[in-house]
Amino acid sequence: MTTGTTTVEVRQLSPGASAIEISGDVTAASEGPLMDAYASASGTGAKVIILDFGRLDYMNSGGIGLLVTLLVRVQRQGQRLMAVALSEHYRQILALTRLDEAIAIHATAADALAAAGS
Amino acid sequence: MTANTTPTEDVVPTETPSSTPRSSEANWSKPVDRLALGTVPTRAMNLNVEGRRLVGPVQGFGQLWQKRYRVRLEGAEATPEQVISTWKSEFGTFWPKGNSFYGPLTGIAPGDVALLNLAAPGGQTLSTGVLVIYADDESFTFMTPEGHMFAAWITFSAFLDDLTPVVQIEVLLRANDPLYEVSMALFGHRQENAFWMATLHNLATRFGVEATATLEQTCVDRKRQWKNARNIRHNAAIRSAAWTATHPRHWFRHTGEA
Repeated sequence: MTTGTTTVEVRQLSPGASAIEISGDVTAASEGPLMDAYASASGTGAKVIILDFGRLDYMNSGGIGLLVTLLVRVQRQGQRLMAVALSEHYRQILALTRLDEAIAIHATAADALAAAGS
Repeated sequence: MTANTTPTEDVVPTETPSSTPRSSEANWSKPVDRLALGTVPTRAMNLNVEGRRLVGPVQGFGQLWQKRYRVRLEGAEATPEQVISTWKSEFGTFWPKGNSFYGPLTGIAPGDVALLNLAAPGGQTLSTGVLVIYADDESFTFMTPEGHMFAAWITFSAFLDDLTPVVQIEVLLRANDPLYEVSMALFGHRQENAFWMATLHNLATRFGVEATATLEQTCVDRKRQWKNARNIRHNAAIRSAAWTATHPRHWFRHTGEA
């Protein structure tokens, strides 16, 4: 799924976990592809949703707002939201906005899976 | 004005400006653990900012609302960059009378902390603040501290729509505690909407345009986060009222100048 400069791919990591791999930019304009990807990831019955930011180019405050919307949906479904492969800069932004209190951050998808027990 | 005040399950469809400015590390505030204010005028009520932590929608109590206020600057020849530059440098002057914004004289930049003295019901003044977490040439974003009415991110932006400048305020908020949540239901939403729509009207007037702002609002999450009910211990309205009651000299002061 692609829009503007946002590309997302969904990958099932285990029976209970799916990864959404994000390339390019995350802004308010990324809502469509990100939510479509979440619907696809949830469709596999995943209880853990991992956002892979390894190929993220940039994210502005609109993108941060989008993560809250996604978080609400994930929590509503009784799932967990995790983030992996964030650069130090974006780790700091999630800390600044205190999103890291609700979105667990790990270095790799393998680390996230281990932490989630999936 | 168009308004959808009925809570719904999904977010409002996004109509996003096509050209989003790219950000760099310089556009974001450095990590902040506790807020620290610079010099503020002696006439200001300086409470509920120094030493407070930031709070966003994750830390708030009430229902999660997404609000989008917009005004079109029909006929104005200003670019989005010019609108945002003016807005940053004259920010408080666009607020409705009775409300004061005490920010750095240099304008609005990432990491800046501003003190707010807001008109509250009963002629009270509510002292709180904001941190500028993000700013670029076409937008800037505030985040609120503990005790503020809202645990919120507020993004101010401008963009072109069919060559017409459009100015937007987008707020993602939860009331910070149960008392604020009740207040929101009684009068807070109406007051908040009137505040920002008046601000956009005043900004439009600054660019020679007489226009009425529009509003879209959606309840993104109906659930209240009861684990955060204890946020009430920081409630800035209660603390401001208590401070005013114990400082009689302030009873006759007005901080109406922005």
